[in-house]
Amino acid sequence: MNDSVTQTLPYETIIGLEVHVQLKTKTKLFCGCKADFGAEPNTQVCPVCLGMPGALPVLNEEAIRLAIRTGLAINCSIPPLTKWDRKQYFYPDLPKGYQISQFDMPICADGFLNFTDPANEEDVCHVAILRAHLEEDAGKSLHDEASGSGDTRIDLNRCGTPLLEIVTQPDLRSAAQAIAFLSELKLLLTHLDVSDCEMQEGSLRVDANVNLKIDNGDQVAITPIVEIKNMNSFRAVERAILHESHRQYVNWQDTGATIENNPKVTRGWDDVREQTFEQREKEASADYRYFPDPDLLPVCIPREQVDAIAEQIGELPSQVRLRLQTQYKIKPYDADVIVAQGTAVIAYFETAAERCGDGKRVSSWLLQDVMRTMKEEHWEIADLPVSATSLGDLLHQVSAGKLDNARARDVFNHMLKHRTSVDGSVAALGIKSVDSGELESLCKELLDANPQVVADVRGGKSQAIGSLLGQARKRNPNANPQTVREIMLRIIES
Amino acid sequence: MDSIPLDSAHELIRLQSAGELTAVEIVTASLKSIRQTQSVINAYTHIADEAALGAAAEIDRRRASGDALGPLAGVPVAVKDVLCTIDMPTTCSSKMLENFRPPYDATVVKKLRAADAVLVGKTNMDEFAMGASTENSAMGVTRNPWNHAYTPGGSSGGAAATVAAGDVPLSLGTDTGGSIRQPAAFCGITGLKPTYGRVSRLGLIAFASSLDQVGPMAWSAKDVALLMQVIGGYDASDSTSVDVIAGDYVGATETRSLEDLRIGVLQDALSHSGLGEPMRRAVDNAIAVFRDAGAQIVDVSLSHSRYGVPTYYVIAQCEASSNLSRYDGAHYGYRSRTGDASTSLLSMYCKTRAEGFGPEVKRRIMIGSYALSKGYFDAYYTKALKARRLIRDDYDSAFEKVDMLIGPVTPSPAFRLGEKLDDPIQMYLCDLFTVGANLAGLPAISLPGGMSDDGLPIGIQLQAPALGEVALLRAAACFQSMTPHHLRRPAP
Repeated sequence: MNDSVTQTLPYETIIGLEVHVQLKTKTKLFCGCKADFGAEPNTQVCPVCLGMPGALPVLNEEAIRLAIRTGLAINCSIPPLTKWDRKQYFYPDLPKGYQISQFDMPICADGFLNFTDPANEEDVCHVAILRAHLEEDAGKSLHDEASGSGDTRIDLNRCGTPLLEIVTQPDLRSAAQAIAFLSELKLLLTHLDVSDCEMQEGSLRVDANVNLKIDNGDQVAITPIVEIKNMNSFRAVERAILHESHRQYVNWQDTGATIENNPKVTRGWDDVREQTFEQREKEASADYRYFPDPDLLPVCIPREQVDAIAEQIGELPSQVRLRLQTQYKIKPYDADVIVAQGTAVIAYFETAAERCGDGKRVSSWLLQDVMRTMKEEHWEIADLPVSATSLGDLLHQVSAGKLDNARARDVFNHMLKHRTSVDGSVAALGIKSVDSGELESLCKELLDANPQVVADVRGGKSQAIGSLLGQARKRNPNANPQTVREIMLRIIES
Repeated sequence: MDSIPLDSAHELIRLQSAGELTAVEIVTASLKSIRQTQSVINAYTHIADEAALGAAAEIDRRRASGDALGPLAGVPVAVKDVLCTIDMPTTCSSKMLENFRPPYDATVVKKLRAADAVLVGKTNMDEFAMGASTENSAMGVTRNPWNHAYTPGGSSGGAAATVAAGDVPLSLGTDTGGSIRQPAAFCGITGLKPTYGRVSRLGLIAFASSLDQVGPMAWSAKDVALLMQVIGGYDASDSTSVDVIAGDYVGATETRSLEDLRIGVLQDALSHSGLGEPMRRAVDNAIAVFRDAGAQIVDVSLSHSRYGVPTYYVIAQCEASSNLSRYDGAHYGYRSRTGDASTSLLSMYCKTRAEGFGPEVKRRIMIGSYALSKGYFDAYYTKALKARRLIRDDYDSAFEKVDMLIGPVTPSPAFRLGEKLDDPIQMYLCDLFTVGANLAGLPAISLPGGMSDDGLPIGIQLQAPALGEVALLRAAACFQSMTPHHLRRPAP
């Protein structure tokens, strides 16, 4: 299913997201344990994050800094005072029996994020951000169903790692918009270097609140809100929203259930069966008995601290995109792709473009040759043997007419393989300018050997000459196809 | 030595320095006394014979080799079983933590060890510090050394009783709504509840986090000051710790004049219908002593004090219901194995908590959970916070006029074991005059102030502004230099 299909349906999907972002602090939110992913189970723990009796939390100031940095980038206000609350429920991966979170005074409030409408590149979607609050993560329950014993193992390494939960208003209108929003948010968060945003590792987790506005001509019905949990990829988010929209529509047709007479419920997403499923009512309607955590003081955030963090944010992805378009005259699409690759690729592009003098040429190379190579070799841009200045120099020669694109590609590939400089590869490949007399005789020979081509060209099919360009190249790799074509046409016509 | 003065830390320290006593002799005598009294008084949940003797021998060895020793070197100290000790069980007198050994020492325990105090054991208490008689203990009741038919008070009943029984000169208690001051009063000793945040709570197993404080208990204010000097101070590991350097508590007990002190007499406490006549008389007598010492006596009232007990019981129970959520059988402590508790998570939780907690703890968890629930939160918790603010404001205005407040500690002397067990409200009213200091976060001290006709001790209470421990100890020591109450001992 794609978006255009959705839009022909007799309902509008209303989506709000809750995005849990694991902040990239060295240590956990309230203790000194490492917050790294992938360690042996229960090795990054201490009495505080294990919730041992008598243990007390001490705030990690770095998490506050990263939360403010993120909040400012999504246009939130940062209130001068924020506090901690306990959210209480029983679960084996929550060893204190409560999670330290923020209930009514979140660290960030009232922001927004704009992104390009996936249905129309010209349009900008605006999503209001209700709030973003800090909280500690829970551990992981590993249900050992394979062994048949039904045992549950608990890994508390993740317990206490800092999360920023970003809550949007229900401003999204399609699964595609939700994905576009998430992609923009993920790009922003990685650009800010506040999170790794690895959905597989759980450092970015998404819950979606979904319901429908059904307008059947004479009346408008709003279906009950369903919160979908357990989605571990953007693809899963997309499919879950599409599935849930359809399910709600069918359910509405069957039962007529609307938001007026039905509370919000929680459904899980089954990635294998590709459907949402009902979770136990208990989980959905829990009373968390929030109250202020007496072990922690409220946090005062002076204006100067916010200003200092704001100064360090620098250019955001949306601003970089616009600047690349105007400064280097590249297409919006190219700018999008470059910015989406992250700050290292942006810097690579800018260095190469300055060196080459032709941004368009560099972006075209970057998007094709460079990115293809990176993908094939599983390289980051830093792993690429061809530096940004080398690529810029190489493409400068193309712009100056000293090399054609095909020859430049040979040089590029040679540089990749042998890790040589531009000049080194040019020399090694024996590339030099060809004497015009030499080219004349080469062209003559080829035309003499291929009378049919000559006849075709004379008959008006000038494109027939293309078959000889390759042959010329084989005889002399330094022959510029454009020059060869010009000489051949002149000889045929004379 | 014929008799070892186990009732004075100062004396034990002096005698060791003078070479007249060794730490091993002291600790041996202390342990012997503990063993003798334990069968009747039951002040301990754990007695650390071997570790204590080992520590004492080590102190003697270091003294012999001329090493510098800490301020409590060779002094036996008992620690309430709510404070984490890495080498002893820490049970909170609950079946829930019966076999629990913490992986770390509480900050105050670390400080005791660093001061070369000898930890002789863990003292009995009301389960999770919830109670006023040490009857809510899974480890049996503790008896009052003055009269074994009576309660020593609670929740720090074991810590008070072991001092009163002459086992140790010093003990550490905790006070959430009066749990140091009331047992100190019932047992005829001195007990200080410090300012909230003055003593680290790290490793104090939480009952009500915004009210809990660790504090010293001893016969005299001088010994209380000695222990306070060791445990007081800032701890960066406790976010609610006060980042102010500790006062000179020991020095405070040397001064003898109260010339400039203005003491406010709590009229509403003294006119309270629940206050027994002997208690009122003890306060009046104490006022006369302070007047003789040069203090000015002024009448004051705390107009919202009547809301103290209900405010306290809402806030404490709300916090307790949350703090005790962690005892669910999943990670440590007691876990039920009965019936379907081995297969169903919910059943495991329910049965573990039903079997692991005693009735008073369960009652308080239920009250707290109820008060924090949707629809009741504002009526109870939010309202209690507002009342707490008013109670604090009362203290603030009172302390604009006076330096210190004097009043009773308890409505009556110690009551008989079992007397209030079936009446939680009567039991809660034991805290009538003590909860104010906890709600306002202020320091308060309970001093021996006389005896009832039944031969039971009566306490008087002094309260001071935040971080006023030095002033309290000065006044208390001065009072004790003029009165014999703290020198009375129960018959062996």
